[in-house]
Amino acid sequence: MKRLFRFLALMVAVVLVGCGKPDFSDAEKKTIASLALSSLPALKPDTTNHFADVPAAAALGSTLFFDQGMSGDGSVSCSTCHKIDRQFQDDLPQAVGVGHTNRRTMPLAGVAHDPWFFWDGRRDSLWAQALTPLENPLEQAGNRAAYAHYIKARFGERYERIFGPLPDFSGMPLNASPLGNDAEKAAWNAMSSAQRDAINGVFVNIGKAIAAFERSIAPAPARFDRFALDLATGAEPKGDAVFSKQEILGLKLFIGKANCVTCHNGPRFTDNSFHNTGVPPVAGLPPDRGRIDAVHQVEADPFNCLGAYRDGDVAACGELRFMVKNAPQLIRAYKTPSLRGAATRPPYMHAGQFSSLDEVVAHYAKAAPSVEGVSEVHPLELSDRERAALVAFLKTLSE
Amino acid sequence: MASIWRYLLAGLGLAALLVAILAVVFLTAPRSSLPAGPDVARTKKTDNGLYVASFVPERGVVRQGELESWLLTLKTKTGASVERAAIAISGGMPQHNHGLPTSPQVTDYLGEGRYRIEGLKFTMSGWWQLRFAISSGAGSDTVLFNVVL
Repeated sequence: MKRLFRFLALMVAVVLVGCGKPDFSDAEKKTIASLALSSLPALKPDTTNHFADVPAAAALGSTLFFDQGMSGDGSVSCSTCHKIDRQFQDDLPQAVGVGHTNRRTMPLAGVAHDPWFFWDGRRDSLWAQALTPLENPLEQAGNRAAYAHYIKARFGERYERIFGPLPDFSGMPLNASPLGNDAEKAAWNAMSSAQRDAINGVFVNIGKAIAAFERSIAPAPARFDRFALDLATGAEPKGDAVFSKQEILGLKLFIGKANCVTCHNGPRFTDNSFHNTGVPPVAGLPPDRGRIDAVHQVEADPFNCLGAYRDGDVAACGELRFMVKNAPQLIRAYKTPSLRGAATRPPYMHAGQFSSLDEVVAHYAKAAPSVEGVSEVHPLELSDRERAALVAFLKTLSE
Repeated sequence: MASIWRYLLAGLGLAALLVAILAVVFLTAPRSSLPAGPDVARTKKTDNGLYVASFVPERGVVRQGELESWLLTLKTKTGASVERAAIAISGGMPQHNHGLPTSPQVTDYLGEGRYRIEGLKFTMSGWWQLRFAISSGAGSDTVLFNVVL
């Protein structure tokens, strides 16, 4: 009789142990698989940039990206803020070029998958984005006529091999731009439309070369991806693909109760959209209303997808044609940043408001109201253990 | 000897209890994250019954995070195609308190009451709502479609 009881007790124990094993539901497994880097689709061709996948253009773009000659005073390049050994960002709360800007430098891994650029999406292509800092007085602080002359003097032969003959610059001012200082604006206004178009053409090709280079900057697989691959294939995780109990709890919270995955979805952990999450403004910086003010900027940009400098068909311009132009949800809305590599690049948010992931998690749990507009975040009860688990999970995207 | 039978019976009883518990656990396990989801019918009568509307993705499948075109087909109660309708589109995610991330628009009339709607984008999984305000010679009416990703 005792034997029978022992047998039954053993059966019960086996079943109970089986139920207690850390496990994921089918829905959770599906979500985890959707976050893995292996589900990132191949980069689509950029039909608005004929040179996007031309190796010589990418090579020239990389030269220009690191060239401090590409600035008004010869001291700043793209790589001043987008540092190659720091995930192409600068660890500063706000970027510092020729002057002090009001926004955090964005990292560049996988940037070519974005439909919108900058924290507020004020540009709609990678090549149009690359042109903007070149003429921003706080960033590279140059002007397009000077850049065109510089390209001819320094890289004329390389340029012409890719883009064809440079225009005749005789009689054109050395410094001119519609966005420059008063003298540069006056010089620009004095030019003929053919001359302006010639300068714009060279300027645009600078952007297209830099964009071709940036298309090669891809996210690297992290510990999470190795874990997700083993989970999907049913293989026994080995080495650093084994998640601790804390990391598993963090992952479950991320895709469950904490609702992070609502916006941080897909293999890049971003929905490529804009949200007001109640991030506070930084004292001393100019007023910043996010996406609502960027809509008009991208519409007015002569280098946008509907403008004269796009290559290819207008069919590529869906994002611009169908963008939301005026809705309360755009007030203080900022782009959802990718979380890949985020754990090793504080500070966080569009102006570096938070110095650690603990502060970020605390912000989302508290869900303070926005100073303007309405935050989409709702308050959340998270224990200290759960907050630490979320941070532990986020670190698996950086290892 | 009688005690052996009693023990055996008790053992069988315990086993039956175990099976019953497991059955309850498995039968009540949640099958999806939206157990009582909204009505996701793709063909509906409009709110005042003026039209029958159907709303389907042009390529047959819905893909998250991509610009898509859908087809809205409008028929009258009697089954006639509705031509030259003015259609206004709005929507959002009721559980997240935000509107659509894009401004979808009617870009083409394909005949037989079919209208192409471009610029739809579902940026996250969950419950989306698309509202259509339809106006034609037959009158004005509205219809709401739920899309769950």
